[in-house]
Amino acid sequence: MKFTLSWLKDHLDTDASLDEIVEKLTMIGLEVEEVIDRSAPLKPFKTVKVLEATQHPNADRLRVLKVDTGEGEPLQVVCGAPNARAGMVGVLGKPGDYVPGLDVTLSVGKIRDVESFGMMCSERELELSDAHEGIIDLPADTPVGIPFATIAGLDDPVIEIGLTPNRPDCTGVYGIARDLAAAGLGKLKERSREQIKGAFPCPVSVTLDNDGTEFCPAFGLRLVKGVKNGPSPKWMQDRLMAIGLRPINTLVDITNYLTFDQGRPLHVFDAAKVAGNLTVRRAAAGESLEGLNGKTYTLDESVFVIADNNGPESLAGIMGGEHSGSTEETVDVLIESALWNPDMIAATGRKLGINTDARYRFERGVDPDYMLPGLEAATRLVLDLCGGEASEVLVAGEVPEITKTIDFPYGEVKRLSGIEVSVAEINVILKSLGFWISGSGDTVKVAAPSWRPDIHGKADLVEEVVRILGLDRVIPTPLPRTGSVGQKVLTTGQIRRSRARRALASRGLNEAITWSFISEAQAQHFGGGVPELKLANPISADMSDMRPTLLAGLLMAAQRNADRGNGDVALFEVGQIFENDTPEGQKMVASGVRRGTAKLAGGGRHWSAATAAVDVFDAKADAAAALAAIGAPVDKLQVFAEAPSYFHPGRSGSLRLGPKNTLAVFGEIHPRTLAELDIDGPIVGFEIFLDALPEPKGKGGRSKGALNVSDLMPVRRDFAFVVAKDVSAETLLKAARGAEKQLITDVTLFDIYEGKGVPEGHKSLAIDVTLQPVKKTFTDEEIDAVAKKVIAAVEKATGATLRA
Amino acid sequence: MSDLTTLETDLLAAIEAAATEAALEEVRVAALGKKGSLSELMKTLGKMSPEERQVMGPALNGLKAKITDAIATRKAVLAEATLNARLASETVDVTLPLRASPLETGRIHPVSQVIDELTAIFADMGFSVAEGPDIETDELNFTALNFPEGHPAREMHDTFFFNPKGDGERLLLRTHTSPVQIRTMRNQEPPIRVIIPGRTYRCDSDQTHTPMFHQVEGLVIDKGAHFGHLKWVLEEFCKAFFEVENVKMRFRPSFFPFTEPSMEVDVQCDRSGAELKIGEGSDWLEILGCGMVHPNVIRNCGLDPDVYQGFAWGMGIDRIAMLKYGMSDLRAFFDADVRWIQHYGFRPLDLPTLAGGLSS
Repeated sequence: MKFTLSWLKDHLDTDASLDEIVEKLTMIGLEVEEVIDRSAPLKPFKTVKVLEATQHPNADRLRVLKVDTGEGEPLQVVCGAPNARAGMVGVLGKPGDYVPGLDVTLSVGKIRDVESFGMMCSERELELSDAHEGIIDLPADTPVGIPFATIAGLDDPVIEIGLTPNRPDCTGVYGIARDLAAAGLGKLKERSREQIKGAFPCPVSVTLDNDGTEFCPAFGLRLVKGVKNGPSPKWMQDRLMAIGLRPINTLVDITNYLTFDQGRPLHVFDAAKVAGNLTVRRAAAGESLEGLNGKTYTLDESVFVIADNNGPESLAGIMGGEHSGSTEETVDVLIESALWNPDMIAATGRKLGINTDARYRFERGVDPDYMLPGLEAATRLVLDLCGGEASEVLVAGEVPEITKTIDFPYGEVKRLSGIEVSVAEINVILKSLGFWISGSGDTVKVAAPSWRPDIHGKADLVEEVVRILGLDRVIPTPLPRTGSVGQKVLTTGQIRRSRARRALASRGLNEAITWSFISEAQAQHFGGGVPELKLANPISADMSDMRPTLLAGLLMAAQRNADRGNGDVALFEVGQIFENDTPEGQKMVASGVRRGTAKLAGGGRHWSAATAAVDVFDAKADAAAALAAIGAPVDKLQVFAEAPSYFHPGRSGSLRLGPKNTLAVFGEIHPRTLAELDIDGPIVGFEIFLDALPEPKGKGGRSKGALNVSDLMPVRRDFAFVVAKDVSAETLLKAARGAEKQLITDVTLFDIYEGKGVPEGHKSLAIDVTLQPVKKTFTDEEIDAVAKKVIAAVEKATGATLRA
Repeated sequence: MSDLTTLETDLLAAIEAAATEAALEEVRVAALGKKGSLSELMKTLGKMSPEERQVMGPALNGLKAKITDAIATRKAVLAEATLNARLASETVDVTLPLRASPLETGRIHPVSQVIDELTAIFADMGFSVAEGPDIETDELNFTALNFPEGHPAREMHDTFFFNPKGDGERLLLRTHTSPVQIRTMRNQEPPIRVIIPGRTYRCDSDQTHTPMFHQVEGLVIDKGAHFGHLKWVLEEFCKAFFEVENVKMRFRPSFFPFTEPSMEVDVQCDRSGAELKIGEGSDWLEILGCGMVHPNVIRNCGLDPDVYQGFAWGMGIDRIAMLKYGMSDLRAFFDADVRWIQHYGFRPLDLPTLAGGLSS
């Protein structure tokens, strides 16, 4: 909402400065977004009188002027404008002045050997209009030496406020003035209550069809005949242009003016073009209307129109029609002032995609009680500016009587705001905003004025009081402490995410945040893409589906980094994936990718070690470390050589708690996945399903229990087994560990060998078994007995033979 | 005796001349071995008269001790030299560069870090952290929050919708974290003090808007929480979060459907230098919206607004991260450029606490 300072002062009697007004507007909730001083760029330009205009000695089209600047000797100025002549008053820019329309700073120049001490300006050069046929030609009686901005009406600052949708009353300058007056910044001037007597009945009748009354509770109409339309007066044009509106003609300008002056949209029909009477009705399917914006709209039953015998003439409450619009030739004009259903206006506007100043106001709710005064104000302006004779006012329907009475306990102000404020102060504020107060005591009845549809209850009244009082009256009050010191405030899930995040970062991975939505093709590739997770209005095709995995985003991100020259990159994300559209279908996952040589020790080449590409074990190690960090029993997890299809089938696996509960998957990314995403490897990844780990069981206490260690020296024995190549190390290790559970405390795999000495299709696995004596040191026989058990158990489980 | 003197001189010279431990051993064997020159002389003692022995015994034993000592001394010198030579040969170039440790290269995203900072601050004021799903119902995202159907306020949220279901219900991506207010109030008895961080979505994209962003919301509901408390909470938050002694705040009336009265809050800032400074200067910067929870919202959660009251506030996590840590482009938050993460991210052990300072 824009207006100018002088416009505001039409309604507000105030001595306050612009700064005070701006500050107050913001502090009462009418946030000033911008103050535009249009005169600033024109400050140096002043009026001058041309004393002489003589032919330039060296150029046919140039003239040499002597101009009176109002001070000192006349200046010599060379000018090429055809309208430059002695006796005219124009606008001069002097050396040093910046000309906005030309983007140059003037200097003393020599034009064809004649010195010029400035430039006579055109409107285009001063960015006032596109006019450049000649220099600005002011009325001959214009004083000389005064700032041109003042004459041009540009010294009136434009104020733009960001209006919140609850304040339709401030879509007009008058409402803004009322708020400022209530806030103590001046006195609100009274509006005219004139009722113009009609000389004859309005010859056009209005019918509100069927459910038209719900859409249009009331419709006021009046004919003014014998008007003379033409350009509106300069003051009106200046104000409209200041707020960014284009003057059209007096009749149209009057409707626009009152829209902004009073927040009351109006419409004018050229009566000569209206066939028969007017009806407010639903459009019939297939009807169309050319709007005043020149666009043609195809209509259906959901759209309300004002129609005559020719069909729709206006999109009711939103935009008039081109056909019956008023022009310079209009002689008889019908002025419409009506009430429209806000929700229905909003729905129609959305449907047709039309934003107009009328829709903006009607969908927020205009003052019903001002429907007829608005029509009178418009009539007054028409009669004053265009002449003519007014008919009586015709009203179809009825202006609804809306009186909302609110029981208002004065104590509510203190209860909600904490401000100590007297009843008298509350009463003054509410009354100055137009509220009615009746009754006495601690609770009174308060009625909201007709222009405040946003007031529903006592909290709204508190807001009115507090906003006018000023929020700086509120004293910060410490929130009382609750409960005890150091309570745990995070849930298990929150703690796990934080731990997984820090654990992964401590392994050199960089945390990324990628979009929650990915392309349909990617979603499908990663097992998602279900219809219920597709956005109906995605911002782009590659952000259309809620992600079933974090890997897609991370893989794409890794590639983007590679494309910027950082191919050895390790990224992770802790975030949500979506299995379905229920809250339970949203799961928390920690995922990561390592690309190129970005292994734990660091990426790139280094003197200390040969450069190696990332492999499945880098991903497995990340997954295991993060699982350990979130409290998973890592030593009890089972490793399966099974993983989702986007991993390399032979170089991927899953970590499970029990055979079914998958806590993590890891592996090299499948070459087909790389091709699908159009990215390069080597690249490995992992996904940790943070919610899959059961809640930790509540323990009795925090004690870690006694430490039980033996003083006896453990014994270690090495074994090398030859097994078929497809036997997993895990099977062999498990068998060895299980061979003598009492004594074997650790089994580690320290060598894998294939090649000479090992039969084709086989491999040698060497393990180191640690035995812990309990009561006394082992005898050789005891150690041999355990060794036999290990060999037997491994042979049984894997078909291995002890390597010779 | 002069023979002994000669022998002593010869042996000591040989010991001194031994250049290696092996040569020294040869000298020792030649003198003190079974057939060594000194050993041979020692053997003659037995055949001597007691008088001779009285003289020669101590002389020979003295010489033996002297030679043994000299060998030991020489041995130590040679061992030292050998060790020194070995050590000299083992020298490496300790200026060879290290690889940065993973702890040094890993980074936490600023959004995660700021959420941890928020958690630390508000946990101290007795708040816990509540969360809710990204895919929400229209009821929880709008209706229960007092956005009437078709109200222009709904249009201010550029909402991502899913396709309507068979029964006409249309789910959406939450446009703010506020639906979690409703979930919390419906599931938890007051008193309530929660903060609600999370991802939010609006179909909007330019330098300052991304289709996905992060918000944090605060909610306090009890029987006496008023605007003065809200003001205190926000002032304490701003001081703690921006790590400044004092920060002037300006509360401006505004409008949100779910609060009444509603306010927008500006903080004092200085834009004159290259960096924005919070808590100094004479400019204002809008950082959050807040207000007293609207009676309709309290009622929609099954509570009596004449008994329970409270306040709520909300702000952009990405935005306050930008203000505190100086990022200029919101889009970079979601681009996963390692150069950006390395620069603006945090080390894994930089865990924000109030005791240790949030960011130091």
